[in-house]
Order: sequence, then structure tokens, then C-alpha cells
Amino acid sequence: MTTPSNMVLTHREYLNKVTETPHAKKLKLAFVSSEENSVTLKLPFSEDIIGDSINRIVHGGAITSLVDTACGAAVFLTQNNLRALATLDLRVDHIRAATSGEDIYATAECYRLTHTIAFVRATVFTDNISNPIAISIATFMRSNKQFPVN
Amino acid sequence: MTLTEQIKDLKSRCDYSSITDLVPYAKLIGIETSMVGDQLISGLKFLNSNIGNPALPALHGGVLAGFMETAALLHLIWENEPAKIPKVIDFSIDYLRPAVAASTYSNCSIVRLGNRVALCDIFIWQDDIKQPIAKARVHFLMSENLPIDN
Repeated sequence: MTTPSNMVLTHREYLNKVTETPHAKKLKLAFVSSEENSVTLKLPFSEDIIGDSINRIVHGGAITSLVDTACGAAVFLTQNNLRALATLDLRVDHIRAATSGEDIYATAECYRLTHTIAFVRATVFTDNISNPIAISIATFMRSNKQFPVN
Repeated sequence: MTLTEQIKDLKSRCDYSSITDLVPYAKLIGIETSMVGDQLISGLKFLNSNIGNPALPALHGGVLAGFMETAALLHLIWENEPAKIPKVIDFSIDYLRPAVAASTYSNCSIVRLGNRVALCDIFIWQDDIKQPIAKARVHFLMSENLPIDN
């Protein structure tokens, strides 16, 4: 089922779309909150997403998936539709290790939208956004196709 | 058994696939390792739970990033037999082509290996190695995070 382009979605519905993809479900990504141009998603801690089995730290790849998804949601929210996006590039700086067992949050903000490109920055944290574990920046190519989630 | 001993043990038994046991996240997204020539190569088998856009269908951008980071990590561990699992400092990815619902393969090269930091380049492809679907670079911290004075 694809969403008709004339269908009016609430912000919450845009955000649900990105957490309904198979991989987002696998990681159990969940919507937390949103503001005008920003979205916060949660990546719950689980044994499956450990990258370092000795120190039991979450794998950077799971954090990248969280960031990519949160950034996409922030663009959907800012452009106010579900037109599909292609990630052009994404960088994650892991500035501090999370403690094992902590849930991880990402707040992504679409700070600039041109006709073709969306620019997004994201902050990744556990208990306190002012003490982040990672900082990310991403750009997306916009399109006129609908983001289709079955 | 230390990490160094574990890797030596895998090599002595010609076991090229159990290294993923060290990284639970690698199993979550379906990474499999094998020996190609004298290189440990990581592949990403197709899993439904790796889909980010079900209508195309296309793999989730975050999965590709996680795959590339893991491929670089496993390559580095295999080549250098470090005492501890290196920590990712920063990761940057450029997406080049859509990732279809099929197996994905990686190619890693260590650009620079110092006492403290390693830089790896990674590219991934699906049906044609000359048509990579993404390229990435990652820095790993190889040493302990100790004060510079020590």
C-alpha cells in the first residue's frame, strides 16, 4: 500500500512511516518526540546490537541506522510530505562511548531545505542531550516520488 | 583467551566464519565472512529485516553503513590481531547507487595503520564490483584512550 500524494498526514504519521520499515522494526526504533524541524527517535538497548562483545558496547552501525532514520524523518517533517529521499552522505563522529545497557536517542534537525537537497544534523545521546555520544551530519537528495511503505 | 589468541586460534583452524561471534550486531544484519585469496572478505546476505524501503525494495542505508563499518573492523582485527576490539572514532559514507534486495560484498583497504589510529577505506557492490553502491571511510582507535602525557 502506498500513500496517495493528496492524503494529508499528521506529523506523527510521517514519523511512524520511518519506524515501520523492516529494518527499523528489527532495531525496534521508536518515535519519542518532534518539533517543527526536528525529530527524536529511540534505539532500545539489546544484546543483538552489541558491537564489542567484550565491553558490551552498542555497534556504531546500529547508531548509524538510528541516525539515518531520524534524519530522514526530520526531512519528511520539514518538507511536510513523504516524498522519497536518497541519502547522499552521512558522517558520524563517535565522541564518547555509551555505557552498556543504555537506550540510545537521536535528535535530528533539518536545518536547510533547498529544492533538491536537504541538510540535516543529528545529536546522539543516552540520558542527556548536552552530553552526546555522537554527532552526525547528513545530506539527502530530494525527489518527487512518494516514499512507499507497505 | 585474549582477542589476539582468539584470532590466532581461528586462523590455525582455518575457521574464517566464527569471527562474527565477536560482533553480535554482525549476526543481526547477516554478515558472513570468508577467505578470498589471502583476504578476509565480509558479505551481507539478503535479509528481509534489512529492508529500508519495501516498495522498491531497497536495503536500509543504515544497514549498509553498519555492514561497511563491520567489514572494516573485521578486516582490521584479522590482519592485525589486536589485544582489544578497536573503537570507531568517525565513520563517513557516500551512497552511490540504490541497494537492491540481493547479496552485498565488501572490499576493505587499510590506508594507514599507526600505533594509535587506523584509517580504512571500504566500498561495497552487488552484481558488479566496478559499480560500487557505496563507499565509506572510517577511523578506529587502536590504542587505549589514555592521557597524552603517559
